[in-house]
Amino acid sequence: MLDWADGLLRGFINPYYYGILVTIGINIILALSLNLVTGFTGQLHLGHAAFMAIGAYTAGLLATKAGVSFAPAVLAAGLAAAVAGVIVGLPTLRLRGDYLAIATLGFGEIVRITLLNLDITGGPFGLRGIPRQTNLPIVILAALFTFLVLRSLVHSRMGRALIAIREDEVAAQTMGIDTARLKVASFTLAAFFAGIAGALFAYWFRYLNPSSFGFMVSIELLAMVVFGGLGNLLGSVVGAGVMTYLPEFLRTVAPAIAERRLVFYGALLVIVMILRPNGLLGTSSEQGWLEIWLARRRSGPQAARGVATGETPPPASTGGAGRGPA
Amino acid sequence: MFAQQLINGLVTGSTYALIALGYTMVYGVLQLINFAHGEIYMVGAFAGLLLVTVAQLPFPVALLLAMGITALLGVTIEFLAYRPLRRSSRLSVLISAIGMSIFVQNVALWIWGPSTRSFRPPFPVTPLSLGGLRTNTLELLTLALALLMMVGLHLLVTRTKLGKAMRAVAQDRETAALMGINVNRTIAFTFAIGSSLAAAAGVMVGMLFNAVVPNMGVMPGLKGFVAAVLGGIGHIPGAMLGGLLLGMAEVLGVALLSSQWRDAVAFAILIVVLLYRPSGLLGRRTQEKV
Repeated sequence: MLDWADGLLRGFINPYYYGILVTIGINIILALSLNLVTGFTGQLHLGHAAFMAIGAYTAGLLATKAGVSFAPAVLAAGLAAAVAGVIVGLPTLRLRGDYLAIATLGFGEIVRITLLNLDITGGPFGLRGIPRQTNLPIVILAALFTFLVLRSLVHSRMGRALIAIREDEVAAQTMGIDTARLKVASFTLAAFFAGIAGALFAYWFRYLNPSSFGFMVSIELLAMVVFGGLGNLLGSVVGAGVMTYLPEFLRTVAPAIAERRLVFYGALLVIVMILRPNGLLGTSSEQGWLEIWLARRRSGPQAARGVATGETPPPASTGGAGRGPA
Repeated sequence: MFAQQLINGLVTGSTYALIALGYTMVYGVLQLINFAHGEIYMVGAFAGLLLVTVAQLPFPVALLLAMGITALLGVTIEFLAYRPLRRSSRLSVLISAIGMSIFVQNVALWIWGPSTRSFRPPFPVTPLSLGGLRTNTLELLTLALALLMMVGLHLLVTRTKLGKAMRAVAQDRETAALMGINVNRTIAFTFAIGSSLAAAAGVMVGMLFNAVVPNMGVMPGLKGFVAAVLGGIGHIPGAMLGGLLLGMAEVLGVALLSSQWRDAVAFAILIVVLLYRPSGLLGRRTQEKV
């Protein structure tokens, strides 16, 4: 599909950067969809790679075993992942916070172990022979489509309801928001897009292995969303772009650091949470040390004395009205 | 055959229980899932291995020192990654915990490399036969140590002033502070004790499997958490029961399905418990406070 546009792009992008751009595009879709669940709805989701895996394997199996063509296979991948999204979303009716995070982690691991042990997926040997039908124009269009759909969603009535759930679930419920239904909806939609991204991944790399969808992949996606900013779609685009390109860039400049990037990702998550839990462009009302420090500087020494009585600077957990910078 | 499997389950389960205790104690005082706990267990195993092989210390000394080192590590992690976030949303603290876990694991990978090191017990291990069941002195020592530490912890929590402070902080941090309890110090002690128990589990498992490797903490860490949830998180006897039950359940799952599904069994148990009895087997049902 879109071969003319692909030819045009290949004309002036060298194959190395072409490949990186495709990966960035796929990661943008994944980060955007994860941001819907974790950034906007406030549900920590540690199994996003599993949705991607379900999409990738659905597309891969349809292509290699059933001879289904590209477009219907990608759509089927999205739908299969969405079904999984409903299955994961339903427990969220009962679970909150940490428990939900752990349940999604368990779900992700169960999916990975299942893929590893089924015969049809090739188990640990992986699934081979998927045709390369993903190209850069398709990825760009898919990422753009995801961005536009999610942007109109978060600005809609439903999007505001999701944000209300993040800020205070009990208050949201009191306001008449059907929190259970919306949480499931947000999981389902995120899973759909992750499934599409998985299918594009399958049609690009042509080989699937369960180890490409482990817990650490979910964490890398979370790092992209957190770094870019929870609850900001543009942040996820920036986060996915930077955190996909940076290791590639470092691989040529400082390979030792690129290999150990997870050391820095881990430290980054801790530091961002302490200094600015919103990441680069986040929107939640929570404040970190950086914001409180800036606010103190701005409001002068008098206000600072008022706050400085506490042992630690107190970042407000909810509400936090009137304290930080606007 | 089946009884033989149960012995294996009991030994593995007792190490899960030691890990689960750390999760449950920290959750009790901070309502935080200390994701870095599996990494503390791994560092404990490495510390034990290096103290025995490089420093040539006698085993009991090495074990105690390894526990001390990881206790320090646990307190440091709490100080760096959790204390600054005491008043932040739970999502932020949880993400910070995940970050800390990844950080420690990859620093270990950096220092010690990805290959598996063998950890031979520094004392003779003799095979034993108890009524037709095969076991050995190392397995029995693991069980005995685990039981000893659980009893010790139980006494510490129920009979000492520090234990009383821990229970008070778990019940209501602010009121405990008003009663003159040093909350920060109590939380630090909780991390120290939980971490040293994890280190003991790490050293014993390292010897049982004759393998120590930087990613060894991931699965046992998660399973220790599953055990804590199964028993009722925040509940100390629950963590012990949960660990032993999980060890048995895994062995049963392996016997019924196959060994590849071993890890899936633990997570399936986790999800079922979370869905139908989130307070665990021994935990009390609590409503989330608004």
